[in-house]
Amino acid sequence: MTRWLVRVAVSTAVVAGIYGIGAGVEATMIEYVQRIVLIAGINVILAVGLGLINGTTGQFSIGHAGFMAIGAYTAAFTGVQLAPALSGLAGAGALSEAVTFNLALLAGAVMAGVAGLLVGIPSLRLKGDYLAIVTLGFGEIIRLLFNNTQALGAATGYFGNDPSGLPPYTSFFWVYLWVVVIVLVIRNITFSQTGRSLTAIREDEIAAEAMATPTTRLKVTAFSISAATAGIAGGLFAHMQSGIRPEDFKFEKSIDMIVMIIIGGLGSITGAIIGGIFLAVTLELMRDLQEWRLILYALLLVVIMIVRPQGLLGTRELSLAMFARKKAPSKP
Amino acid sequence: MRTNRRSWLAIAALLALSGVSSCKKGKSDEIVIGHYASMSGNTAHYGQDTDKAIRMAVDEVNAGGGVLGKQVKVVTLDTRGDSAEAANAVTRLIDVEKSVALLGEVASSLSLSGGRVAQRRKVPMVTPSSTNPKVTEVGDHIFRVCFLDPFQGKVMAKFARENLKLERVAILKDVKNDYSIGLAEAFKGSFSALGGKIVMEQSYGQGDTDFSAQVTAIKNSDAQAIFVPGYYAEVGAIARTAQRLDVKLPLLGGDGWDAPDLFKIGGDALNGSYYSNHFAPDAATPKAKKFVADFKAKHGAEPTGLGALGYDAAAVLLDAIKRAGKTDGDALRDALAATKDFEGVTGSITIDSARNPEKSAVVLEIKDGRAKYAATVNP
Repeated sequence: MTRWLVRVAVSTAVVAGIYGIGAGVEATMIEYVQRIVLIAGINVILAVGLGLINGTTGQFSIGHAGFMAIGAYTAAFTGVQLAPALSGLAGAGALSEAVTFNLALLAGAVMAGVAGLLVGIPSLRLKGDYLAIVTLGFGEIIRLLFNNTQALGAATGYFGNDPSGLPPYTSFFWVYLWVVVIVLVIRNITFSQTGRSLTAIREDEIAAEAMATPTTRLKVTAFSISAATAGIAGGLFAHMQSGIRPEDFKFEKSIDMIVMIIIGGLGSITGAIIGGIFLAVTLELMRDLQEWRLILYALLLVVIMIVRPQGLLGTRELSLAMFARKKAPSKP
Repeated sequence: MRTNRRSWLAIAALLALSGVSSCKKGKSDEIVIGHYASMSGNTAHYGQDTDKAIRMAVDEVNAGGGVLGKQVKVVTLDTRGDSAEAANAVTRLIDVEKSVALLGEVASSLSLSGGRVAQRRKVPMVTPSSTNPKVTEVGDHIFRVCFLDPFQGKVMAKFARENLKLERVAILKDVKNDYSIGLAEAFKGSFSALGGKIVMEQSYGQGDTDFSAQVTAIKNSDAQAIFVPGYYAEVGAIARTAQRLDVKLPLLGGDGWDAPDLFKIGGDALNGSYYSNHFAPDAATPKAKKFVADFKAKHGAEPTGLGALGYDAAAVLLDAIKRAGKTDGDALRDALAATKDFEGVTGSITIDSARNPEKSAVVLEIKDGRAKYAATVNP
């Protein structure tokens, strides 16, 4: 009973903390910095979610932009349809907006998760390069479907019925609340028995199978969860941009996500978080370099890969305990 | 601990890089105009050309003493052709660079993304060459100095029907591109209304390299011309394909063709083709002639229509700042909305109530690897 109470208290404190920080950020920072902070949060969700399948399970997906697109379009469309109904029910205001937004995000996550399941069931029997090519093809199919769907704006993109675009629901509070939720979910999966089985699949699939690990079922589950998190990120992205277009979910976007987890360290959750933030911040920090920034950015990636081929963190996790241990005199 | 030291090195390198980005403040004796454009990426050519022309217009005004007694500074930020980055660039131009007004983008979907930010922050924006009708619908702070997609489709339909006396035309459109789709729709409507017939519709996607299936299909129809409202890279390749398959039909198109690279890719396969554009360098007013000469002297190449529009967008904006007498967002918006009979290099510009200009279009004919003036078509 007390355990339960502690948990509620901690959760409430975390939510209040995010709310407080969010209010502080919105009061003190210019909108430009706020935008980068939001993008960093969305990137973290993408990277942590993709890390589960690419890092922990070792199945290489290079089509996650497709799942992000499904989440983005579903959330945007659902939000537009729900908003009038909910504001009629509960009155226009922060509450009905919050409910609309989160229902929309969940709808996006469910659709992306189902899509992940549908792609995963046939393709996760494949291994390595073959799986990568299937996911790549899938990502392109999704983008082209949206590109040709008139009801969703085709190539111009979807931004609801208002010419000024989708309502800008995405705020610091919602982005980072979802960051916390998704990081916790992924962490709990990774360090559970299921997570160990996923790692076993990565290390040696045949051996894992010999140990009676249901490899295909686990891979499909991990893939679907990973797709659902990309869906949430897509929904947050759509309501930050006030509009989405198929071009936003090109192959390059999938590559960006892979860069995030590789820079941070494949198989590390904290690594994925660092990688996500890295990608959001680096290019913007180099704005003053004009056209040189893309060259320098590429160079930076090359240097990091030469110096740290395992990514900034490798497969290790960054934790408070680690810092504590470091302070102790280490043996040579 | 060798690897650990290395990782610190990597992090130090990262921090050093970020240090390059120093803070800077706008000086009070300058007026800052922000320009967001694709300076890199697939459509870099458009952004770079526009930027050169914008800087020319601003330099001319600065040489004459600036506006409101202050010098004008242009800050250009790259969008990489990405919509999230376009919105980043616009927020940065407003918050960090303290721009009083914005110019950009060429691509309509990026102007939509940036325009929504500009509208929310009540900073006036003039897009030089986004032709999609939705762009100015975003709100009352968004203006443009070019004509709209439907108008270009209408122009080419009128030209094909009345000047070329064509009856049957095939359409080959880029379905990944809203610009191309918009032009194709408008052409189809107007051409049919004028008594012509669309005998076939084929499509391709931006980035495709093989068009033989589509061109062969059109070859087997009885079309007299092909309307290809795409961007120059694919149009050039389509012209080459048509030449290889011995299809001797003229190609018709819009301002997406307008780039020197069109001739590099298409070569002599393009001879006898026509496209609508914002201005023709060889049949211009004295003002336009001066612009072309100055541009050539400075950059060693003829300006494209996009360059001319960039010049006009900057000139219209500077004129509005002069008339407003201050750089306050709402005053500037009202001055822009009141723009009337402004003589630009792409013709006379009057901003209508929907914040779009009323102006005419020219049709260019391609002869011997060069675009030459063929006709002026009025709305």
